[in-house]
Amino acid sequence: MINLLILPIIIPLLTAVILMFFAKKVVIQRWISAISLSGTLIASLILINKIDHDGIQTLNIGSWPAPFGITLVSDMLSALLVATTSLIALCSVIYSFYSIGKARENFYYYSIIQFLIVGVNGAFTTGDIFNMFVFFEVMLMSSYVLLVIGGTKIQLRESIKYILVNVTSSALFVITVGYLYSVVGTLNMAHISERIAEVDQPAILTVIAVLFLIVFGLKGAIFPLYFWLPGAYYAPPAPVMALFGALLTKVGVYSIMRTYTLFFYHDTGFTHEILAVLALLTVILGSIAAIAYKDIKKIVIYNIIIAIGVIVYGIAMMNSDGLSGAVFYLVHDMIIKAVLFLLVGIIIAITGSSDYRKYSGLIRHYPILGWTFFIAVLALAGIPPLSGFVGKLLIASGGFAAGDAVGALIILLSSLFVLYSLMRVFLNSFWGDPAGSSVNKDIPVGKLLIPVIALVVVAVFYGVCSEWINGYIIQATEVLMQPEIYIKAVLNR
Amino acid sequence: MEILMSILIGLLFASAVYLMLSKSLLRIIIGTGLLSHGAHLLLLTMAGLKRGTVPLLGEEATNYTDPIPQALILTAIVISFGVTAFFLVLAYRAYQELGTDNIDEMRGSKNND
Repeated sequence: MINLLILPIIIPLLTAVILMFFAKKVVIQRWISAISLSGTLIASLILINKIDHDGIQTLNIGSWPAPFGITLVSDMLSALLVATTSLIALCSVIYSFYSIGKARENFYYYSIIQFLIVGVNGAFTTGDIFNMFVFFEVMLMSSYVLLVIGGTKIQLRESIKYILVNVTSSALFVITVGYLYSVVGTLNMAHISERIAEVDQPAILTVIAVLFLIVFGLKGAIFPLYFWLPGAYYAPPAPVMALFGALLTKVGVYSIMRTYTLFFYHDTGFTHEILAVLALLTVILGSIAAIAYKDIKKIVIYNIIIAIGVIVYGIAMMNSDGLSGAVFYLVHDMIIKAVLFLLVGIIIAITGSSDYRKYSGLIRHYPILGWTFFIAVLALAGIPPLSGFVGKLLIASGGFAAGDAVGALIILLSSLFVLYSLMRVFLNSFWGDPAGSSVNKDIPVGKLLIPVIALVVVAVFYGVCSEWINGYIIQATEVLMQPEIYIKAVLNR
Repeated sequence: MEILMSILIGLLFASAVYLMLSKSLLRIIIGTGLLSHGAHLLLLTMAGLKRGTVPLLGEEATNYTDPIPQALILTAIVISFGVTAFFLVLAYRAYQELGTDNIDEMRGSKNND
């Protein structure tokens, strides 16, 4: 079916509209949103299968030929990310059933989550640079509402800062698109790439490349532009935090990946050098902050920043190892960050505090929770059979292949900091004497754990069966390495 | 003409940045308004301000102005309108709840969460 690739966008969109009509009927809201997200997930898995067999799928909306209308393009990279997004959204929504509370559910909570998924899936699938801006705005508008819904003081305060940063970066996005349009005269991404190749990237296009880096770096929180993230992600409740941590920054990373492999691959000496340096600084500063805090939410938040740095470093290497490592790590990191935020949410619900010094011995009362957390931490750090290993291995070997031994070593060392920062949480809160910490045993932890364990199983499967998944990753990397495939698929040449 | 517009847009950006770096929340929101105004004018300018008639086929002219940036600007205007409306209401709520419009006082502390 030719319209298959629009399904992960249109199903959540229609669901969001339908959900608005009976905001107060919470049970119906839950059922509809869970069913539609399962449908989105199934559609995206079928899409992956389709791309695996038939190559890149494109859809010219309204049947206008490629550079003139909006084209949706689904290559293996976007399809994998869309499937991961749908899976994480489904698990976060199921988690929300038991944790988010009636007050929020009554105010269009599920509807807004669906709009967030529309924005994220759209941004992954679009083949038009201005359409990408629009999907970014769909995503950001929903994230503003999700951040502030509930209206506590901390949420109001952090929302103001978050919106201000994103309004600025959106204006910058419009400006950059304006500049790019004045140089190449087109908005279709494949056509832009073709025209840039024709003029062989003069200096003005390098300037535009750096502007794009600033725009997407603000969305994706790379080194000098990450300042807004720790505060903003601290404010919302756990399932929203999981959605933010897993999806929003990764859209920025995906955009960097797309623009730097499709548009600006002619003068890599300058742009990709900047990218590599910024990525390493991101990793270093994230590592310092991750071991500095005693607050579990903050620790996980700074682990997002470390992972962003690692992925961007893989992109900056621009060889097949680095790029496939970046793709591998991107999918792994989306899943595992969602797991960690959901687990942190459970721990805070049990103990009523996010400071890990205030409790100990949780493993006595909650053994399954403890071991799930332990596996998640090992997977995040990249212990061999688990999911973080292959991605980081490929990124490091890409770094060595590009002759950047220092960078690759920093990437490898950062794993140690990741492991230390979270293992410290595990040792302090789950080991030790159970006495003296306030533990609430009334929380229905079993129900909350179901979606988390489902995600952990996927993460373990992703690591153990990496041989099988590698086929898909290679297909995704092929398009990144050879933009001609993408251009040919879109423009039919 | 493009030079003149560029200078004007530069002035708009300068004022926007100045306002957004101030302490009062309302001045910041006025700054975002100026910023999006500058961005929209930039889109219009960057596509070229060549002479031609309005993009209506009924005019039957030989030259038309480029219709794409006008569509882009229209989209960007409604988006920034939506965001600004949300931001203004948020600022109002924040003023009611936190009792200040000074961005410096909006810090997290033990008693103020």
